[in-house]
Amino acid sequence: MQERLQEKLNILADSAKYDVSCSSSGSDRKNTGKGLGNASASGICHTYTEDGRCVSLLKILLTNHCIFDCAYCVSRKSNDIKRAAFTVQEVVDLTIGFYRRNYIEGLFLSSGIFKDADTTMERLVRVAKKLRTEHRFNGYIHLKTIPGASDELMREAGLYADRLSVNIELPTERGLKLLAPDKTFTSMEKPMGFISNTITALDDTRKLMLSTPKFAPAGQSTQVIVGATDESDHEIIQTADRFYRGFQLKRVYYSGYVPVLADNRLPSLSTQVPLLRENRLYQADWLMRFYGFGAHEILDSGHSYLDLDIDPKFGWALRNLHLFPLDINKADYEMILRVPGIGVRSAQKIIAARRFKSLGWENLRKLGISLNRARYFIVCKDRALETKEYMPETLRHLVLSSGNSKFSDLWGTQTSLFG
Amino acid sequence: MIWLLYDGSFEGMLTVVFESYEYRWKKLHIRKEGITVPLLFTETKTVVTDEEKAKRVWKKLLDLIGAKGIRSVWTAWLSEKETIEDTILGVIRYAIDSKQNVLSDFAHPDVLQLHQTAKSVGREKHRMEAFVRFQLTKDGIYFSVIDPDFNVLPLVLPHFRDRYADQRWFIFDSRRKYGIYYDLKEAQFVDFVPNSLISLNGVSPDAFGEGEDLFQKLWSDYFKSTNIPGRKNTKLHVQHVPKRYWKYLVEKK
Repeated sequence: MQERLQEKLNILADSAKYDVSCSSSGSDRKNTGKGLGNASASGICHTYTEDGRCVSLLKILLTNHCIFDCAYCVSRKSNDIKRAAFTVQEVVDLTIGFYRRNYIEGLFLSSGIFKDADTTMERLVRVAKKLRTEHRFNGYIHLKTIPGASDELMREAGLYADRLSVNIELPTERGLKLLAPDKTFTSMEKPMGFISNTITALDDTRKLMLSTPKFAPAGQSTQVIVGATDESDHEIIQTADRFYRGFQLKRVYYSGYVPVLADNRLPSLSTQVPLLRENRLYQADWLMRFYGFGAHEILDSGHSYLDLDIDPKFGWALRNLHLFPLDINKADYEMILRVPGIGVRSAQKIIAARRFKSLGWENLRKLGISLNRARYFIVCKDRALETKEYMPETLRHLVLSSGNSKFSDLWGTQTSLFG
Repeated sequence: MIWLLYDGSFEGMLTVVFESYEYRWKKLHIRKEGITVPLLFTETKTVVTDEEKAKRVWKKLLDLIGAKGIRSVWTAWLSEKETIEDTILGVIRYAIDSKQNVLSDFAHPDVLQLHQTAKSVGREKHRMEAFVRFQLTKDGIYFSVIDPDFNVLPLVLPHFRDRYADQRWFIFDSRRKYGIYYDLKEAQFVDFVPNSLISLNGVSPDAFGEGEDLFQKLWSDYFKSTNIPGRKNTKLHVQHVPKRYWKYLVEKK
């Protein structure tokens, strides 16, 4: 009995690990009436895998039996692997047992599609319902929604879960056609639209009636696999931007394709995971969500791929040198955010501190600004560090040769791949 | 130059601040009793904690830097850094002289030092909320031992009290020899270990409650299963989970 449970957990955790989302943030569910647990608004990472990803939730599949045959997925029906399925009670017991020991923030439950969409979705919802009602569990629950599930089930899912997600997996329609013949863009976007509309509708009702129930208070997210098909960064960013604006997504996750299956439609098994490309995409995503950049400012049809050597903000600044240098003691917050080497926190501190006195280089350095890059784009009360006007290429080279990239050990292997 | 010593309580430190104004000491250092001060040519004085004086400083601070500011001062003070009282005195003097909320003057050396220290303490608080691993004992208590770099128990209490409201739990700070015990009604600071079967490294397997073994095994297995070898990045892993915390983590044993 115990051995079988261990085996199931190994199989069903192993097949869930390619979903990179592990966020437990964005919900403020309280622990009412001395039940178990609450949600931490900023999320907590309880440990990290040996590849450096955060482990915040118990992330498992209910089952890896699947009627679909998506080429990129280890659980596809034509793949010869061990199959297993949890009972509802087993998932509930694991979640509670782990939660009470402070191993996790909650549960991220996904599933292969067994029988049909509604049967699968109903089982996922039943786990969440049991946790919330029978065990008075107020920890974080993230449910993967199954495309094609009925609106009733989706609605019920949102009432118990903190976050819902629909993974689009492939950022273009042609990618889906090639690798996931059972799925279409429309079938994936329908549930996203439903979630987004329901959240908005209930928010409106809540303005009139405070007792309106919460529906997926931490919103929805999705994941796109990077490097399984031939889509460009420009296409990926466009898709992400459309999701953020069209469905108010909280997060789009980018997952560098890990070759797990031999298939002539996929990159070969010896292909390296495109970690650097994935990282640049996240940086671009951050620029859209926290730095006020539009998708068109990051890449356009003339530039289809992000520069792997430099971060996308630096790249943007090099294309827009005419906007600099900026006087750090006078410039708007929005423009300070756009200076390479200055993050959100530093920008806020600059705005706060300069009300007391005019800032100099030493102040800026102590605030944690990376002057290595910023010095070329700003002036302050002290004498300018740079007086020459550089050409973009020269500046790029100067910054690259003066800094130590955390990716320097990846250069040899990865630049040639995308070169 | 005078060295003022206090009993190590927050009220004690505020009393010293009060008296530094009362007696017009201009050049002074504040230290906790027991910390070595230079012996030669130094004048030292032990200040007796006075709640009334502490309260008056607190009120003044509330006016000058607000509740959020006091929280920053308290958080930084919990770092137990040898010179933190001098930093705090510097900030309070600056606040009184300039009569505005100086805590956003990040270019002022004491204010910046205060924020940076509070940030380190806050980071350690967050780590404890993440890395505490409860072990269920035979008598039904979820027990954990920690050894934080700073005195963060007072900061983590509300988090654990709100979250684990329906189970008895105990978190013990092995360096400072005190803990928090929650008995299903309230969470209180205590300075004893509840059971002889509990050592400073945690619960001995003889004292495990039902299922404890299994859940530790399942969690270790789960941790292994989530790893993707093709993405191995040890540097990043250690950056997020520094080695000094491994001794408490079931999955890193």
